[in-house]
Amino acid sequence: MSTATVNPPLNPVQGVPGRFGAYGGRYVPETLMAALEELEAAYAEAQADPEFQTTLDGLLHHYCGRPTPLYFAKRLSEQLGGAKIYLKREDLLHTGAHKINNALGQGLLARRMGKQRIIAETGAGQHGVATATVCALLGLECVIYMGEEDMRRQELNVYRMRLLGAEVRGVSGGSATLKDAINEAMRDWVTNVRNTYYVLGSALGSHPYPTMVRDFQRVISREARIQILEQEGKLPAAIVACVGGGSNAIGAFYEFLSDSNVQLIGVEGGGRGTALGEHAARFQKIGGGLPGVLQGTYSYVLQNDAGQVSSTHSVSAGLDYASVGPEHAMLHDSGRATYTSCSDTDALKATVALSRTEGIIPALESAHAISEAMRLAPTMAKTDVLMVNLSGRGDKDIGILARELDLKGAEASPIVSI
Amino acid sequence: MALEFHGKPGIVIYLTAGDPDLAITRDIALAAIDNGTDVIELGVPFSDPLADGPVIQRASERAVARGTRLTDVLAIATELRAARPNAGIILFSYLNPVVRMGMEKFCTAAAEAGADGVLLTDMIVEEAGEYLESMRTHQLAPVFLAAPTSPDARLKAIGEASRGFVYAISRLGITGTRQQVASDAPPLVARLRQFTTLPIALGFGISNAEHVKAVGEFADAAVIGSAIVSLIEKTPPEEAAAAVGKFIAGLRA
Repeated sequence: MSTATVNPPLNPVQGVPGRFGAYGGRYVPETLMAALEELEAAYAEAQADPEFQTTLDGLLHHYCGRPTPLYFAKRLSEQLGGAKIYLKREDLLHTGAHKINNALGQGLLARRMGKQRIIAETGAGQHGVATATVCALLGLECVIYMGEEDMRRQELNVYRMRLLGAEVRGVSGGSATLKDAINEAMRDWVTNVRNTYYVLGSALGSHPYPTMVRDFQRVISREARIQILEQEGKLPAAIVACVGGGSNAIGAFYEFLSDSNVQLIGVEGGGRGTALGEHAARFQKIGGGLPGVLQGTYSYVLQNDAGQVSSTHSVSAGLDYASVGPEHAMLHDSGRATYTSCSDTDALKATVALSRTEGIIPALESAHAISEAMRLAPTMAKTDVLMVNLSGRGDKDIGILARELDLKGAEASPIVSI
Repeated sequence: MALEFHGKPGIVIYLTAGDPDLAITRDIALAAIDNGTDVIELGVPFSDPLADGPVIQRASERAVARGTRLTDVLAIATELRAARPNAGIILFSYLNPVVRMGMEKFCTAAAEAGADGVLLTDMIVEEAGEYLESMRTHQLAPVFLAAPTSPDARLKAIGEASRGFVYAISRLGITGTRQQVASDAPPLVARLRQFTTLPIALGFGISNAEHVKAVGEFADAAVIGSAIVSLIEKTPPEEAAAAVGKFIAGLRA
């Protein structure tokens, strides 16, 4: 466990809201400040309004399918011969990932604020699909920014968003991935700020986003804590979740933060190597990130020594991002959570393993967490419980999987004789 | 060395340092100063210029690709100061390159380079404690942005924290040229004047003599950015300085 504290070069002002230790804050062009203040006030009001929570809870239950099951992966656990592995099945939610928890919360907030136009960024496309879904449900106009590289590798989700009535705008700048989509969404927001609500998809960006997104995702650990106590009569020894921006991880960790005997493990995209540019492992010791400011918040950022943000690589579009939510930066420095990474290759192996032992095809993002669980479980006692947040399902990745795993399609249909 | 505006309005120009290269940036700045520019904003190129439109995005991308660093921009400031003791020089940057260098180290270097002030695009007044302290120590002028969306309470804080001048953003959105000066601009400048006696420079979307004249009717200086960066993009490198000089001379015609 890391206890080394990086001395942050930016000294935060005391009393400014939205701080997670030294991290977080608000670093945005002045034009957005009024909107962030308006959002902060509207969110505080909504939180204090029981009717808002009732509406959200009702939709999470009847529309999205909450609570999601906490499933004991018996065959996988037996095969690994260690801890009992439980999967929190966020993949079973409507639209196929945890992203809907946040998109629905923010969509309701936008409607309450009287904003008719919604914008969002998306990496893997799950947040874009969730936002497009909520906009259809609430009758709101929807524009999604997505890097062109991500549009290529997550094409299924592009079709879904368009079917749902969203306008998908491809972003070609930079590496044409999540970071560039966020830049473009922020440029839209700064231009149309008076009538537009920006549904940020991860626990990133300026205050109040990291707090608000985390609050909408807390439902994951709120349910899981009750479920594991019911099923096992004790808390898990460890919880594992993948970390791109970090919204599913913070949602899975949050209600366990004060349970000091529950180990919290975040898994970053290890990509294809440890050199800068080859991965998205912000917390990697060498060749990893340093504290800096990107897209409105102070956190770990993959960057060169001149402060230029580095390109990143991960087979998983949802983890392919140069920075990380500021609350994770705090949990990293304090040692409350530990962060590791999983290579592209190991994520693909874990995808196959979970598919074939449990009949569950995980999203490539979630497969990073599965891989870490497969590494850890054999080192743990058979009585220990290891919980994995299965943040999304893998349908969207079928093109990548077919290519990487050399799966045969129609061209190789065996002729079945009757 | 001072942030003073001589014409009505004064002229502030923005350059993306290192585009097309550092030596040409220096030559362009010299030509601009010699043709009536009061203040040069030396832009530090950044990988993620989220407040900028396509023109400055492209220039930043080119300059970053050439390996232009904050230290290179400081070196250009030093040369400009030596060559033109009376010109106004502002270092204009996104926050991250400055954070990487370290705030105090940056302010020390900026003062040593002879810069008059600094503008950090994504630094708001509430977060500026350490920044303002270092700026004060080194007698540098922090210039903050004011936006049409900023309520009066924020304009007051911005006016109080700024030195040298206040940079008023003429309209919502990102940098880039427009047909005319935005209708948001005069009311913003009028509101700002309630809270500060500093000169007010108006930027975003100002690209020709007609705009500059319109700005002169209610603000103290006009900031021209994308129009010049675009001119540099379109001009052969060896002719860029002369072209920018001529362009600026024509702004007050």
